Amino acid sequence: MTWPTTLSIGAPPVLTSTIISAHLVDYLIVAIYFVFVLGIGLVARRQVSDSVDFFLSGRSLPAWVTGLAFVSANLGAVEIMGMSANGAQYGLPTVHYFWVGAIPAMLFLGVVMMPFYYGSKVRSVPEFMYRRFGTGAHLVNSISFAVAQLLIAGVNLYLLGTIIQALLGWNLYVALVVAAIIVLSYITVGGLSAAIYNEVLQFFVIVAALLPLTLLGLHKVGGWSGLKDQITQAAASNPDGPTAAQQLSSWPGTALTGFSSDFLSVIGIVFGLGFVLSFGYWTTNFVEVQRAMATDSISSARKTPIIGAFPKMFVPFITIVPGMLAAVLVTEIAKTKAGDTVAGGAGGTVTYNDSLIYLMRDLLPNGLLGVAIAGLLAAFMAGMAANISAFNTVFSYDLWERYRVPGREDGYYLKVGRWATVGATVVALFTALFASGFSNIMDYLQTLFGFFNAPLFATFILGMFWKRMTPTAAWIGLIAGTLSAVTVAILSEGTLGSLSVGVLPLSGQGASFVAAGAAFVVDIVLSVAISLVTEPKPDSELRGLVYSETPKEDLVDEAEKSLPWYQRTLPLAGVALVLVIALNVAF
Amino acid sequence: MPANEVENRKTHNAGLFDIRNIIGALLGIYGVILLLMGIFGDPETDKTGGPNANLWAGLVMLVIGLVFLAWARLRPVKVPETHED
Repeated sequence: MTWPTTLSIGAPPVLTSTIISAHLVDYLIVAIYFVFVLGIGLVARRQVSDSVDFFLSGRSLPAWVTGLAFVSANLGAVEIMGMSANGAQYGLPTVHYFWVGAIPAMLFLGVVMMPFYYGSKVRSVPEFMYRRFGTGAHLVNSISFAVAQLLIAGVNLYLLGTIIQALLGWNLYVALVVAAIIVLSYITVGGLSAAIYNEVLQFFVIVAALLPLTLLGLHKVGGWSGLKDQITQAAASNPDGPTAAQQLSSWPGTALTGFSSDFLSVIGIVFGLGFVLSFGYWTTNFVEVQRAMATDSISSARKTPIIGAFPKMFVPFITIVPGMLAAVLVTEIAKTKAGDTVAGGAGGTVTYNDSLIYLMRDLLPNGLLGVAIAGLLAAFMAGMAANISAFNTVFSYDLWERYRVPGREDGYYLKVGRWATVGATVVALFTALFASGFSNIMDYLQTLFGFFNAPLFATFILGMFWKRMTPTAAWIGLIAGTLSAVTVAILSEGTLGSLSVGVLPLSGQGASFVAAGAAFVVDIVLSVAISLVTEPKPDSELRGLVYSETPKEDLVDEAEKSLPWYQRTLPLAGVALVLVIALNVAF
Repeated sequence: MPANEVENRKTHNAGLFDIRNIIGALLGIYGVILLLMGIFGDPETDKTGGPNANLWAGLVMLVIGLVFLAWARLRPVKVPETHED
């Protein structure tokens, strides 16, 4: 193993050798994965001519498949590398992104909100907004969603670029362009129809990649108690960083939020992350909701996120724990954590985002290394494919068809969607270059969630349960909410890089929580105030969209009563809730 | 699957397009490759800290792959035929 050296003649950094030395067998394993991905695309394409066969085959999928696809659509490279980066930097408090920041919202989506999405027969989440509030709120939602998808696709692309760079030793910019072309062809060949199958397959490859890595790391460090000892030692010799107690207990998570008060930190995590950010993301994000919408009954739609909650609960053990292991086992990451600047990594200087790649280098023999590389590539591709295909749907139906060129034949909008794919990939390329300036991808992502998703959840939940809420209130609330998030981000320290002026003593994840909270509160207050002085929609137009105007039989599936308890929505959600509370208490 | 169609004109197995077969095949192939690496390759115990990681991971993947293939075989998904084609 030769250590990469960088030539510091301006940007871009050029690696003279790769971080990981892959052998023929590793390339073979990666190649086999690509054969499967493209094979699924080709089989799916062949079946498209026989559409009944294809759709019925899809409809006969059991609930575990849609549930896994629901989790996989989110289990992209951003999540895997971002969460392991957070694990390396902050330790256990990162589990809040799962046990506080995902599971409760997924259960809420299945139990409370899914009946409205599914029952109203909309094609996308923005379309629900259109039916409930009309043009203004719909435009704000579609445009902000489309822009967010492009930005997140860019982050995914950047991460694939770094993996290719680490694997092949290419210049980052060349790697980015090649990666974009790979994804473009993957989406074109695989198409939307193969997306769910690829997501389910990806789930298994990722587990096959990360589980051995975690187990080997734990074995090497002397088990869980050995990991704790080593983190304690490292923290003792580095008084500037988070203390061992902060890293080894999930609560109160002060190192993660950056708040000095324990009480405020808990409030920030529960309200900012657990309520506003995560409910905003999981309950209004079209990428996720679309998977549940595609099932055959309201019961399956509701069960999709709830079944997904079970694997989701255990994802932190194969993402955050490897990050924590990297911080004590990998010399470069340990030095970075101690405050040194170490040359190397994917971008010229070692960052926490490199944790997984380094841990793979240090622990995995050739063979398993190939599986791990395939897993990361799989995660990246599925993540970016999900972002870009969700962008296409919203761009073609919600923007182009509704506002620009309405009433053309189906084939025309298909062509628009194809060109949108190419355009989205090009924009994602430039976003990737921007993302490369951030040391911690999650900060960047959380910032985006705060801007777009927090006011969205406020508007949706108010609109679903308060029939008096008016269209005017909806669009003003959304815009004001988003602007207040941006304002908090600009006033904080470094949340938006050099744009932030540092008036508020907030930084890192804590600033994102506060920005999201501000967006939520401003949206709710303004929406209520404006609704009281403007004209609401007539009750007759609100059936299926507002709780009080929708007959109860539209919201539940009568057939579910005959199923055993473990196949019913509410008991399943109850079990998941008990499990996640137990996990919160245990760690 | 012509044999299957003769037996039952109304439905056929999802076969290739059954996700369990796809998962089973991929994990099975990976399992065999890792198993061979574990037996004949360098176990690189200085990296793994002792265990022959390829061997064990290969075994587990092979078993899980076979379970998926067996599951798809024992409980096939029936897809209704269309008569237009």
